[in-house]
Amino acid sequence: MPDTTFLGPALGLSAILFSLGAAGVLLRRNAIVLFMCIEIMLNAVNLAFVALAQLHGQSGYILVLFVMTVAAAEAAVGLAIILAIYRHKQSVDLQNINLLQG
Amino acid sequence: MIQFLFYLFAFAAVLGAVMCILSRNAVVSAIWLMGTMFSLAVIFFLLGAELIGILQILVYVGAILVVFLFVIMLLNLTHAASDLRGPVSLGTTIVVIGLLLLELAALWRYTPRRLAADIAQSPMLADPSTLFAAGELSRQDAAARGVVGALAAPLFQTYLVPFEITSILLLAAIVGAVVLAKRRI
Repeated sequence: MPDTTFLGPALGLSAILFSLGAAGVLLRRNAIVLFMCIEIMLNAVNLAFVALAQLHGQSGYILVLFVMTVAAAEAAVGLAIILAIYRHKQSVDLQNINLLQG
Repeated sequence: MIQFLFYLFAFAAVLGAVMCILSRNAVVSAIWLMGTMFSLAVIFFLLGAELIGILQILVYVGAILVVFLFVIMLLNLTHAASDLRGPVSLGTTIVVIGLLLLELAALWRYTPRRLAADIAQSPMLADPSTLFAAGELSRQDAAARGVVGALAAPLFQTYLVPFEITSILLLAAIVGAVVLAKRRI
């Protein structure tokens, strides 16, 4: 089994990428960059699935397919929401979008 | 050689993610993110998931990132001021992310043997080759039927219902995106 030598490093890389994505979500105020950070986090999870699929068989790959589908749907709807908000506020800065704070 | 390639592209992926977070221009962010996605595709290839690597390039780089770039250019966001949050938020982020990394960094030391020892019911059963027989079986399956065939069989048998639900999700997303992007909601 030559592939499984990368199990630990791949899981570690997935952890680093997930943390970076979470840091981006906490740090940035631009809504579009925030979406990109969410994509980084989803990719990190995909990497963990692929790394463990070497041991557990095909179901890991199929879960990656589902994650990709959900990511595509999320990007489409999320970007449409951003477009609608931009039309309303002329801005994608999250500091200006605080309607729910009352 | 494979070891070197893995660490090279792992470094490229992390660099792309860091630059995506830090760069002020949204288009530059998207291009760095593209680098991360390509590096991850190479890593998927190295891990033996060829189909997933190709789908990564097709779906993420070819579809999702293009939509991102399209929206950025549609909204003309290329010359935005810096939008990093203030020092309080920076401190919170460093603490939260530091703790998260500290917990997750333990994953780095995992090998199949250690994983087997962790999840087996008793020490006698902790043999990776029997505990993870499914991985070896699916490798043989992929060698016999090809990568796509080996993936298609469980997708259309075990996971048929989630697969069909996915199509409903995509339809709902299409309709939702069209309705939201209309001029008057």
